[in-house]
Amino acid sequence: MTATTTIDEAARPKPRPGAGRAGLALSQRQVWGLLFTAPYIAVFLGFVVFPVGYAFWLARSPHLYVELADDPIFLRTVVNTLVFLIVAINIKMMMALFLSGFFAQKRWWVKVLAVLFVLPWAVPSIPTILSIRFMLNPEWGVINTLIFKLTGEDGPNWLNDPTLALSLSMAVHIWKSLPFWTLILLAGRLAIPHELYEAASVDGAGAWHRFRFITWPSISTLYVTCTLLSMIFTVGDFNSVYLLTGGGPADLTHVLATLGIRYLRLDQVGLAMASIVCALPLILPLVFFMMKRLSK
Amino acid sequence: MRMRGLMRGVSTEAALLLVGIPVLLWTLIPIYHMFLFAISPKDAAFSGQLWPTNPTLRNFEIVFGQKHHFLYKFWLQMFNSLVISAGTAVLTLLIASAAAFAISRLRMKGGRLVMNLALFTYFIPAAFLAVPMYKTMGMYGLLNNDWALVLAMVTVASPYAIWILRQASDKLPVELDEAALIDGASPFQLFRLIYIPLMVPSLIAVGTYALLLAWNEYLYAFLLLSRETAITLPVALGNFLSADDSPWELLMTAGFIYALPPAAIYYAFRKYMSSGLTAGAVKG
Repeated sequence: MTATTTIDEAARPKPRPGAGRAGLALSQRQVWGLLFTAPYIAVFLGFVVFPVGYAFWLARSPHLYVELADDPIFLRTVVNTLVFLIVAINIKMMMALFLSGFFAQKRWWVKVLAVLFVLPWAVPSIPTILSIRFMLNPEWGVINTLIFKLTGEDGPNWLNDPTLALSLSMAVHIWKSLPFWTLILLAGRLAIPHELYEAASVDGAGAWHRFRFITWPSISTLYVTCTLLSMIFTVGDFNSVYLLTGGGPADLTHVLATLGIRYLRLDQVGLAMASIVCALPLILPLVFFMMKRLSK
Repeated sequence: MRMRGLMRGVSTEAALLLVGIPVLLWTLIPIYHMFLFAISPKDAAFSGQLWPTNPTLRNFEIVFGQKHHFLYKFWLQMFNSLVISAGTAVLTLLIASAAAFAISRLRMKGGRLVMNLALFTYFIPAAFLAVPMYKTMGMYGLLNNDWALVLAMVTVASPYAIWILRQASDKLPVELDEAALIDGASPFQLFRLIYIPLMVPSLIAVGTYALLLAWNEYLYAFLLLSRETAITLPVALGNFLSADDSPWELLMTAGFIYALPPAAIYYAFRKYMSSGLTAGAVKG
């Protein structure tokens, strides 16, 4: 609405100064616009377009993909990544949905808890994830020490079992990013007009009905958006796996984010790029869907 | 009747506590564990006690005094983290506010395209861009230079920053620009004298976001910086992992110290953060 009027005005013959008409001439507007966007465009060209183009160029040889498919680690990695996306994200988002309801409660101690709750998200990954890693150490970690004290038996070798190690990586991922999504969903909940709940209470609706007929219809779009966004971001989650398991044992817990770095460290840059290219069919549909949603 | 109401109140409180206590434990145990390591004498942190028998500040003394070969550049590496995150915040703010101004206020042709390119970048998983970024920084000759990490972090932070700032600036009344332009202000004056002051709350949110992002970054930091005098503290902490005889209590102490500034900054700007950053997402 405002856009069309300003452009219409600007498209007319340039008003004389003092003629009482607002706005700049179109060409002038365009020159200033380019000046103001130039820094970002420079960053975009230099650090997104060029690297991505270069990556595709390095990953151009079909022979790389044969080599990748022959690497047993690669298939395992793809499976791990899918499990990570489907299981961890859905558990996390359901927890976030539930906890956003909890944090919407008006109690002083819930408010205090909400303040503490964001800590995992606000502080750096490396010390906290390494702290969890030490807790899980089979010999002297606090968890197995407690298991030994209580039962007299040795606890499991947590990070030496691929299934357990991957599950724990997912738990770390949830620990780290749950606060962020809970806050987003909480903001969504708080935006729902309070009168709706009051009306429902008058009509005798219980907690479940209030959720089912008021809360969920109001935030379901937001919930889906968050879930998809979280999936896209999680494909890039390097820390939760790398800092906890390092991809081990025997490279069985890699996800695509850590595999690329593994190849890079082995000086196989072509394979690193190829493994990323292989992830594109997974990512691009999500990205285009999200772009359509968010650029409205 | 009153009894029943009371019973219901009590059971609601009980249900809330039943959620609240596990949430509290889940959130704090890893952080408390880190703290426990930091105040325990060597080897005593493994005992599984809730509080060490002989709490000590010896670990802090060693870290602050750089008295261990893993940490003998502690202060320099802290300083690197500070410079890099401040640089990232400032550059992101400049670049993103200018772009958001052009897209939202000047309504330039192609502004939508720029916004979409930025959004697209926002959706590239950071770990995927890391490998090409590493190769590219090598070609630009920036490896082991603080600028490499600053520019990489600006690349990662600015799309989200532009998106948030554009949404905030769309809400400013258009009459404001018109009035200023009638008074003969140039777009640059409009930007500096009217736009920036009005955008301060969102700029604080975005600046804090970029600052924390760069301070907390590990992957890009360890790829782009490797020289001992150039690395940020997270990379130095990651190097503990490569040795078998690493002093874990010192790692946890240094990590605990490193986690304090971002937590403090987050709490200081919490108001701006939650209203500025979540507003963007809620709209989607």
